[in-house]
Amino acid sequence: MAVQVRIPTPLRKFTDGRDTVEIDGDSVSAIIANLDVKYPGLKDRICDEDGSVRRFVNLYVNGDDIRFLDNLTSAVKEGDEISIVPAIAGGR
Amino acid sequence: MSFVTGLKCRECGESYEIAALNVCEYCFGPLEVQYDYAGIKAAVSRETIEARPQNLWRYRELLPIETEPRIGLYSGYTPLVKAERLAAELGVDELYVKDDSVNHPTFSYKDRVVSVAITKAIELGFDTVSCASTGNLANSVSAHAARAGLRCFIFIPDNLEQGKVIGSGIYKPTTVAISGNYDDVNRLCTEIADKYKWAFVNINLRPFYTEGAKTYGFEVAEQLGWKLPQHMVIPTAGGTILPKVAKAFEELIDVGLVDAAPSRIYSAQAGGCAPVVNAIHRKSDLIEPVKPNTIAKSIAIGNPADGYYVIKAVEKSGGWGESVTDDEIIAGIHLLARTEGIFTEPAGGTTVAVTKKLIEQGRIPRDESIVISVTGNGYKTIEAVAPGIPKPQVIPAKLSDFDALYEAAGEPPLSDKAVNG
Repeated sequence: MAVQVRIPTPLRKFTDGRDTVEIDGDSVSAIIANLDVKYPGLKDRICDEDGSVRRFVNLYVNGDDIRFLDNLTSAVKEGDEISIVPAIAGGR
Repeated sequence: MSFVTGLKCRECGESYEIAALNVCEYCFGPLEVQYDYAGIKAAVSRETIEARPQNLWRYRELLPIETEPRIGLYSGYTPLVKAERLAAELGVDELYVKDDSVNHPTFSYKDRVVSVAITKAIELGFDTVSCASTGNLANSVSAHAARAGLRCFIFIPDNLEQGKVIGSGIYKPTTVAISGNYDDVNRLCTEIADKYKWAFVNINLRPFYTEGAKTYGFEVAEQLGWKLPQHMVIPTAGGTILPKVAKAFEELIDVGLVDAAPSRIYSAQAGGCAPVVNAIHRKSDLIEPVKPNTIAKSIAIGNPADGYYVIKAVEKSGGWGESVTDDEIIAGIHLLARTEGIFTEPAGGTTVAVTKKLIEQGRIPRDESIVISVTGNGYKTIEAVAPGIPKPQVIPAKLSDFDALYEAAGEPPLSDKAVNG
């Protein structure tokens, strides 16, 4: 159940500079947990103390914001792509 | 000389040197430009500012550039129109329209933020500028890039009004339309910005770009005779302009250019895309993103980056937020055109309609000063109002034919009785 996780620049120091990593798991929360096993410290940057996604982090599964899916419990399968994207962008 | 001291995370307070950087690497919070306000206070006065050319750079001590402005020498300082006929229609005493539909050179408030961002891009040594946009920003980046001689890539949703697409294309940027809405474009661009290292005005240059929006607020205060409006209604899309107008008012007080006075700020959104107003109504600072469905495409942003700061600024000022239907938005465009001779896009129709609603609700009192923000031009979005405009009657070039037409029409269609001013 390997999923591709796209890592934004500010977090690449955790992943030895890699912009994409392969992680096993069947839900977004499982992926984040396993990501933290492989690259310790990453989860802290994505989630706050309560385990919710930080205010300024958006997570996408195959381009869909997980808030339109089942948030952290959203299911993922082999070959899916998760993007971690800083929320601060935009304009008009 | 510059009074900029660096960048600082708005959330955790981490400091950074000035660079093309918009996100705190510790907490992902947005970075904001820091200034030496004591230095600015000593350096500027109403008189020094008033003596300068009428463009947005007249407030340059409060803008994040180090060198001379490179672009935007005709941008900003748009009219603050005293809207007496609209005031009469809405039943209020003192009403103004801050009219960025005539901003130079691309007819929206975006010419402010882009002037600052592109000047900064040149200072930082970039040769390519880019943006994610619902149209107005793309128009402005394309035009300013052409004038500055920079390479330009713009990214837009694939469903934009023709005027907005052509209004960029004429300046010959590379235009990429993404199948999806603005939030899809924005997400892709965040990843492209990461990889290609261009100056994305609203991504990696965002801390500088957003500072340009303060000039809208500076001008309102200066044009009111160095006073803050008691009420100001501002449209919310990504959430740039509203918190920056609030910041502009605070800075003017801090550096001694205006006296502190209550100034309530209200967020206006379309009912079909109102994540910020919904949160304000829930009394929550958590934004639930929405899939936009509104005629007001320029403010159809379902996942507003700075929505949180809009809520905070509205709350701090004692203001509120409201949304209106697409029909009310169209009626708002017509109302402004009919009473003040200003043709705005649906975002401006939204602000007019929300102002009307807030007055009717009693949230904005009828005897205090009110500013309506018009940030874009209706000539770019004629599709929105075309169905409601009657086709002209065609007659031969003969006086007798006109006489017959005039007779048939009965009372001449005078829209209203004339007033002075």
